[in-house]
Amino acid sequence: MIAAPAIIRAQTVTNAIKVGLVGAGGRGTGAASQALKADDYSELTAVADVSLDQINSSLGRLARINGGKVKVADGNKYLGFEAYRQVIDSDIDVVLLATPPGFRPVQLRYAVEKGKHVFTEKPMAVCPAGIRSVIESVKMAREKNKCIVDGFMWRYANHIVQTFEQIHNGIIGDVLSYYATYYTGPVKPMPAASTRPAGMSDVEWQTKNWYNFVWTCGDGYVEQAVHSVDKVAWCFKDQPPVSCVAHGGRQIPQEGGNIFDHIEVNYLYPNGARAFIAHRQIPGIYNENADYILGTQGRVTIGRGPLPIVEDHKGKILWQFEGTKNDGYQYEHDILFSAIRKGEVVNKGDRMVSSTLLAIHGRQAAYTGAQLTWEQIQNSSLSTFPDPFDPKGSLPEVPTAKPGITKFV
Amino acid sequence: MILLLALFAVDFQTEVKPILDKQCNACHDRAFYLRKKDKIVGSLAIMPPGGPGLNARDKATIGKWVAEGLEYPEVKKGLEDDLSLTRNLHGQIVKASAKDAFRNYKQRIPGSDVNYEMVAVPGGTFKMGNNAVADEGPEHEREVEPFWMAAREVTWNEYRLFMFAQISGEEAGANIAVDAVSRPTKPYVEMSFGMGIEGYPAISMTHHAANKYAQWLSAKTGHFYRLPTEAEWEYACKANAGPPEKLDEVAIYGKQQYELVGKKAANGFGLYDMLGNVMEWTTDQYQKEAYRNPQAWYPSKTPYPHTARGGSWQDKAGRVTCTARFASDPSWKQQDPNLPKSIWYHTDALGLGFRLVRPVKTPAPEEMHRFWNNGVAEDQ
Repeated sequence: MIAAPAIIRAQTVTNAIKVGLVGAGGRGTGAASQALKADDYSELTAVADVSLDQINSSLGRLARINGGKVKVADGNKYLGFEAYRQVIDSDIDVVLLATPPGFRPVQLRYAVEKGKHVFTEKPMAVCPAGIRSVIESVKMAREKNKCIVDGFMWRYANHIVQTFEQIHNGIIGDVLSYYATYYTGPVKPMPAASTRPAGMSDVEWQTKNWYNFVWTCGDGYVEQAVHSVDKVAWCFKDQPPVSCVAHGGRQIPQEGGNIFDHIEVNYLYPNGARAFIAHRQIPGIYNENADYILGTQGRVTIGRGPLPIVEDHKGKILWQFEGTKNDGYQYEHDILFSAIRKGEVVNKGDRMVSSTLLAIHGRQAAYTGAQLTWEQIQNSSLSTFPDPFDPKGSLPEVPTAKPGITKFV
Repeated sequence: MILLLALFAVDFQTEVKPILDKQCNACHDRAFYLRKKDKIVGSLAIMPPGGPGLNARDKATIGKWVAEGLEYPEVKKGLEDDLSLTRNLHGQIVKASAKDAFRNYKQRIPGSDVNYEMVAVPGGTFKMGNNAVADEGPEHEREVEPFWMAAREVTWNEYRLFMFAQISGEEAGANIAVDAVSRPTKPYVEMSFGMGIEGYPAISMTHHAANKYAQWLSAKTGHFYRLPTEAEWEYACKANAGPPEKLDEVAIYGKQQYELVGKKAANGFGLYDMLGNVMEWTTDQYQKEAYRNPQAWYPSKTPYPHTARGGSWQDKAGRVTCTARFASDPSWKQQDPNLPKSIWYHTDALGLGFRLVRPVKTPAPEEMHRFWNNGVAEDQ
């Protein structure tokens, strides 16, 4: 953690940074704990979730770890799909957005409109309409001198940061191809329909099982493999590809839900370089989460062993990370809170938007089977968020996409 | 007609249930009987394994019960992972282990084609500790009882059967004790971190996870497995000899990643990789001054620290000794971004594994339970 100088500490005893949490699940609780460790005088004052049990268990844990910095009165626990507004409207300085990603664009917009600093988990949207909203919010935050820091944690992990610096400095020459794997088991598979409690609305049921629906989760490719997508974007200096082609489907049948369980995307970059990202969530398969970057003068391998391997084509090591790995999850918050303390603006919006859209690009190419240019996905009219949004109303499940039949819009 | 049926039908409560309770219910439940109804009479003749089997009269009763449609009025509740499960397993273990000779053996994990080898380590006394290092002193004499110890570190081949019930060959209901043991949640990341699976040591499991693996393996095999105490581990590592003359010949250390288990020479007891490759969990809570007042073992009181031994591929030679003690730390879960943090994975302990022992003397159920349930699985 970046310790605040004593003089700042002395000045800020009466000037706490007040934090609001939207989404008190496992990741949101973790983010809140990191926010409370990132500044001597940060405190948590408001929480929103759809479940009071979730809020109370989250606050219980945080109180054990962060002690007196947890100052959420009963009146500042807000419940329901609109509760993010009450948290943002309360007297907070920073909001942590950690709900399922489908809800992110409207929450981010509201936070920026109300002039709050934001930590937002990845991905920032799940459809092109959502991305366009986030682009506007990022611009608005910049105009209002408010911070936006993202949860693309590899950008804050020192051993990976230094590796990409080496790549950008040309240690392996020009990058020709990037092959990334994200092979895991299912994350939160859909439970049997018979377990749905009586009286639970479609929106509530789908939100409870949010990982399985495109409108809430964006697909495993957008929700989880987006970490690999982000590294690809980073490697190509956050410049967009020309186009991509992809294939995918659902191998393991499930009762409800509409995401694929495997997608493999091939991106074409302007200089002819290619990036391949392979993702699957199937039980019992070979698991791997690695990056293989091939350059004209060498190659980089990340994820085959604890440290990246940077070598020439004969296997001679060109560079090695030395030192101790930092905690990237903590460092995200250290950067945000230190900027707020110093009155500086840190806004990571542009690259978090392009990485998220790059993932949506690949997913839509897989869902439709079409070759899609970057311009096409930027201008796509696809909007997955229910309109109108009625938490208690009916929301028939959109059928799982069928490549060749599902049309690109 | 109704009267006749009632007269001739076999009565479950008074006739069938006592037989099932005696011969079958420790391991099987109703779902299993229903699924196996065609073969049930034949298999009952040889059940339970190593037991007396059914007499002709009981066999006829069961045969009649099956013929009448396997009426099973009482729904048997599944076991919970608590002391009653340990008591159930204790009974099975006492029965199954009674006549095993104390010699090396090879065991296949039931339902799989994965094998492991256990080495018979005779009990004895030895000098424990090393006065040159603060937490390794004072050197003192210790006595350990005989036990079997795994010849090699637990590999992914073995551990993945525990992580993923789907690849373990287990049928739900076939062994309700196995079903009841808590199993790891699905990992979010690939837990070998790309260092290799087949024949490589399992890593990054918590103390709780290693204990539950031991219980699961005990339920599968009918042997009592647990983590070694620090004293047992150090005795087994030293194998009545001084430090190895050439560490390179026995240990993987100072490397970029772990290696296949058993690649280097075994020690005097026939144990591979006691030093290096992965450091190994012991059952003991770490106490810096433990040797000032030695106990046979140090049951857990707090989530951290527990002691690991032997050093790993990540360490320099100076820490790869039979006496060096490694204290677990919350930073071993640094990369776990969630709260609560997982009780199953140490995402940052890439040099941490384990191997199991099987004491010759089977402890009482309560003590057995303490070995399998450290009571401090959650960080906060």
